[in-house]
Amino acid sequence: MAIDLFYFFVFPGLIFAAITGAFLSWFDRKITARVQFRKGPPLLQPFYDFFKLLLVKETILPKMGSPVVFLLAPVFSVFGATMAGVFILLPLFNITTGFRGDLLVIFYLLTIPSFSYIIGSLASGNPLASVGASREMKLIISYELTFLLVIAGIIMKAGQLFDLNSIISIQQAGTPFIGSLSGVLLFIAGIFCLQAKLGLVPFDMAEAETEITEGMFIDYSGSAYAMIKLTKYIMLFILPAFIVALFMNGFRLEGINILWAILKIIVVVLLLTLIRNTNPRVKIKQAVKFFAIWMNLIAVIAIVLIAFGY
Amino acid sequence: MGFKDYCFKKSLWVFHFGGASCNNCDIEILDCLTPRHDLERFGILLVGSVRHADVLLVNGSINKRDKERLLEIYHQAPRPILVVAIGACGCTGGIFAEGMTFAGPVDKIIPVDAYIPGCPPKPEALIAGIVKLAGRK
Repeated sequence: MAIDLFYFFVFPGLIFAAITGAFLSWFDRKITARVQFRKGPPLLQPFYDFFKLLLVKETILPKMGSPVVFLLAPVFSVFGATMAGVFILLPLFNITTGFRGDLLVIFYLLTIPSFSYIIGSLASGNPLASVGASREMKLIISYELTFLLVIAGIIMKAGQLFDLNSIISIQQAGTPFIGSLSGVLLFIAGIFCLQAKLGLVPFDMAEAETEITEGMFIDYSGSAYAMIKLTKYIMLFILPAFIVALFMNGFRLEGINILWAILKIIVVVLLLTLIRNTNPRVKIKQAVKFFAIWMNLIAVIAIVLIAFGY
Repeated sequence: MGFKDYCFKKSLWVFHFGGASCNNCDIEILDCLTPRHDLERFGILLVGSVRHADVLLVNGSINKRDKERLLEIYHQAPRPILVVAIGACGCTGGIFAEGMTFAGPVDKIIPVDAYIPGCPPKPEALIAGIVKLAGRK
């Protein structure tokens, strides 16, 4: 019991994932600044933002909406992200082996943050928030199928094994999955799904700053918005960690391999940042088409290639 | 200075309210975010919703229609909120001060924490004003 609480709150869970995610968020902003020939924020900037929102700012409740749901939604999103983080990071750090079928549990837990954003924004009673929520719903419908196909491809490649730990150990015994043609195709589809899940630029139409003034988060202020920031930090760490576990061999935590583990995460985040900085925001129609036709096609081709043994 | 004030000072998010402006102050505010001046290195970020804002930048002459909007925006902002009046029109009314539709400079409508005069003020002046505002807290 105590060890479970430790897992949830301290080591692979809330505190560790949030601190690592905050540093990755700083990395993301710094790379964005460097791409635009700017200097960029200081190292501790995500912490300043979070503590300012949590401790200093006032939380305003909606007059026309439902305040209880409005305040509970960010808490649920933090819970979902942390829970998914625990299930991803425990096998990844080789602490416990997980259980059979935890890939599907992770898949469902990773959707909880998006759903709680939708519920919270609809509870605020703001018209622009509901526009954002409807866009997020369409986006979820379009990318979840692709993400499930990517996971299905990984399961087929690993020989019908449904748990993250054995997928990592198969890769560590043989070659990483990204070292084959089907693996590269699945990786491309997976990276775009991550982009949509994190709400980064080509697919950030649900929280467009200039168009619908932050969309879903328009009415959040103070500590409720701090919880949303915390979820974003956690998601920015656990989703690249999930991709590293699925494609790049996971972590090996002895000697020089710790450096490799950090480098893998940083490379995935760098890729996401560069995609975000070199693309414009697409319309929701284009995003649905992009996932429903092209990404699903890539994932299906990859699965067929896996069936033929490539 | 406590931990809370330090965090607040290090992460000022600004929301931009343009009154009946001639656009020069708007352009100068946007200049602050460009590579040459880069306000993000001080943690200053332009946000889209006033609910996330710590600083309300008001520029342009405030006429009778703008006054209601400005009051609404000010009441929607979470406390603590700092208000900065930018440009000659925001500080005093400038050449519009005797106009028929003019509803008073910004400080007659909402409390103002800092004035940045100039027509338009240079980006350096804007940065100096915001830094002084942050240091005062």
